[in-house]
Amino acid sequence: MRMLSRFLPGLLCLCLLFGLPQAVQAQEDPGQSLLEALDAPSYADKAEAIEAIIASGDERSRRWLETLLDGKLQRHKETEQFVVVLENRGRNWPVADALTFEEAGDMSRRELDRIGINNALRGQLQNALSLLDLYVDDADQRRESARNLLGNVDAPMVEPLTAVIENEENAEVRRLLSQALAIYRLEQGDVEAIADLEGSLNQRARSVLNSAARSDDPVLADAASAALAGIEQKLKLNQGLETLYFGLSLGSVLVLAAIGLAITFGVMGVINMAHGELIMLGAYTTWAMQQLLPGQPGLALILSIPAGFLVAALAGIAIERGVIQFLKGRPLETLLATFGVSLILQQLVRTVISPQNRTVVSPDWLSGSVMINEGLSLTLNRLYVLGFALLVFAGLMLVMRRTRLGLEVRAVTQNRAMARSMGIRATRVDIMTFALGSGVAGLAGVALSQLTNVGPNLGQNYIIDSFMVVVFGGVGNLWGTLVAGLSLGVINQVLEPWAGAVLAKIIVLVFIILFIQKRPRGLFPQKGRAAEG
Amino acid sequence: MHSIDTSQRFWLTRPFRERATQLFLGVLFAALLLVTVLHLAVPQGHPLHVTAYTVNLFGKYLSYALLAVSVDLVWGYLGILSLGHGAFFAIGGYAMGMYLMRQIGDRGTYGDPVLPDFMVFLNWDSLPWYWLGFDMAWFAFVMVLVAPGLLALVFGFLAFRSRVTGVYLSIITQALTFALMLAFFRNEMGFGGNNGLTDFRELLGFDLRTDTTRLGLFLATGVALALGYLLCRAIVTSKLGRVSVATRDAEARTRFLGYRVERFQLFVFVVSAMLAGLAGALYVPQVGIINPSEFSPIFSIEIVLWVALGGRATLYGAVIGALLVNYAKTVFTGVMPDAWLFALGAMFVLVTVFLPKGVAGLLAYRVKRKRNDPDDSAKPQEATV
Repeated sequence: MRMLSRFLPGLLCLCLLFGLPQAVQAQEDPGQSLLEALDAPSYADKAEAIEAIIASGDERSRRWLETLLDGKLQRHKETEQFVVVLENRGRNWPVADALTFEEAGDMSRRELDRIGINNALRGQLQNALSLLDLYVDDADQRRESARNLLGNVDAPMVEPLTAVIENEENAEVRRLLSQALAIYRLEQGDVEAIADLEGSLNQRARSVLNSAARSDDPVLADAASAALAGIEQKLKLNQGLETLYFGLSLGSVLVLAAIGLAITFGVMGVINMAHGELIMLGAYTTWAMQQLLPGQPGLALILSIPAGFLVAALAGIAIERGVIQFLKGRPLETLLATFGVSLILQQLVRTVISPQNRTVVSPDWLSGSVMINEGLSLTLNRLYVLGFALLVFAGLMLVMRRTRLGLEVRAVTQNRAMARSMGIRATRVDIMTFALGSGVAGLAGVALSQLTNVGPNLGQNYIIDSFMVVVFGGVGNLWGTLVAGLSLGVINQVLEPWAGAVLAKIIVLVFIILFIQKRPRGLFPQKGRAAEG
Repeated sequence: MHSIDTSQRFWLTRPFRERATQLFLGVLFAALLLVTVLHLAVPQGHPLHVTAYTVNLFGKYLSYALLAVSVDLVWGYLGILSLGHGAFFAIGGYAMGMYLMRQIGDRGTYGDPVLPDFMVFLNWDSLPWYWLGFDMAWFAFVMVLVAPGLLALVFGFLAFRSRVTGVYLSIITQALTFALMLAFFRNEMGFGGNNGLTDFRELLGFDLRTDTTRLGLFLATGVALALGYLLCRAIVTSKLGRVSVATRDAEARTRFLGYRVERFQLFVFVVSAMLAGLAGALYVPQVGIINPSEFSPIFSIEIVLWVALGGRATLYGAVIGALLVNYAKTVFTGVMPDAWLFALGAMFVLVTVFLPKGVAGLLAYRVKRKRNDPDDSAKPQEATV
């Protein structure tokens, strides 16, 4: 048969050349006879025909069995052609040839005969389909189908499954398959099966173990309880890891929101209450970019990284030139004036765009999740934001430590008069620093647009948290901001299941208030000359 | 500044000798009288008639003015920019609200003689311990002062002892009110959650819905404002007040001179918090509701704007600012609600950049030019904060 399928392309050419009727070609196809067998009058024969299809290894067998299961594999009454019904609605159904899967126009439902199955066959088909998936070449696909088998194994599948396990090369797939088999064996009371289930996080495996632990057989019950205890521990570890991940994710958002502030407030000493609104501008830039490039959310998102930086930086320069420069040395007044700016920006967005939230689409490569094991999967968008936050932080560190601008900024903050007399243009440095901090806020907005709603109040929700992070970490210290942001995020997530979201937040705030009493200069206080400013 | 005359026996009446105080109290009482006469004596429908609604509105403004005075006391004379005074205001308001809730008795929707409606709704079967005693007016009125005072005492003790000042203190006070807002939004706190306390009926036996009670509350608020103003004035003209101002201008130097700076700061801060609480308690029966939005950081920062606009470190400037901004708010939100936030934001920017001494600074400048008197008492002190 394999030989035949090799010649098939050649045959097909021949058919086309000679313009032979299709029926002739179809009869040469080995599939035809396989399908003919399916159209047997007795269900026992049909069962055999199904086995034959599985054994044939034909690429099309999956589709045949699926359509058979759905009742969509049918036969034309007159031409006896096997067809697959594509859509069984209305009077005329669009169909495809069952051998070539080429569309064959519409056929009236009266002309078609369904190949019937009964419940026993349906069960056999389902099992056969899941087994069939274990023969594909792609290991990921095999793993997925092995996972689907967990808890779905029954008596007739045991034998073929054991054979499959022996031939399987991939260790992960083999492990899953033996677990699937073990669940069945344990249900039958086999103590040895427990060994295969140890450490499995699968829901079905756990429920089987649970019922085994309650059984009358003491040996079985003890073994099952021991296995369950191990699993429980693993679950706890998983939960801990998940909390840590969510905590780090929340922390990375805090770091992103606060890191720009760490520059404007920490390094320059300027209180910018409009920082949150700069974040908002970044998020809206992403939205606007997606409106400009409809249908390409990924490209729009990547382009909005520089665009968001630019928009927020320009807005920052406007705020610095328009307001802050007149209030030098009066931090409390700066706070009030920039708060006014934040109100104006918020209202501007409400009036010009809309008071409602806007939706920012996530590109495909950002949605979905990475599966670590059965109890733990990490959502991709949070992973990306975490990476992005670290990247932004590294970039900022580089700018502050390795570039001329960073050197000048540090010089001006430590001793403005001396820096000026060394020829540094302090005003220019002020503008650049503020633009940098604001631009980073814009970047935070771009990242946040992937996690939360984009609305006029977006920034407001982050401003107090950001200030807390900067103060907690120690003003003027970028490392402090990173550590403070991440640890506050983790603390918040650890408290949350125990205290609830709102109370967790309150506890964190109270904690910071108390912490500031103990260490007024934060986790990493500045030392030396810079501290005296 | 005026030299302080310590020969006067009673400290509260000492400020009567100042021109600015005389003027302020004179104008305030004239205004109270005018509104009362126009409300009672002028028939309804007459263009000069002041409606009960307006009286109520003015009463609300006056309680805001008292709140602004309390903020000016700490910001203007102590150099502490509190962005959390709304919290003290709200706590005072809640203390009053709890008393008013208990006065409803069994006339609530569920008719429970003891439990307020929202507790019945939450299926609570007894009052939480912190609600006990609020059926007695004297206890509630004491708590109006004690509760915010206690919070300020604990918070201030921790903050001033560790020398948290300046911008840090501002941010921490903001975090305080933010945390309280989140807490009061929770139903489990037992303060009515999101909806707060409302549906009040009577205060000390007076029906809150009658025009006479409203007029009475308006006048009471006016008197409270006058007393609060006098108290603050007495504090700032005393020796203690002068140490406060010294702390504001040069904290380290004052400390080196031997003053325990944190004690002065704590005292003034607690007094200010109590005044804010009193303002809240007068505010609640006039607007008929207290809910967690009074804790919102925006409200607290708005109070600061009133003071900044009116003119810091003058006390009467705070009153002017509170009245002006709130009147503007009423007008704006009525005519074009969208524009209000623009106007508010612009005010923040313009006042801080162009009018650092506020309206009071402008007035003082005029007066000074007219008199050409270099030692004018109405001149606000230099505030280098």
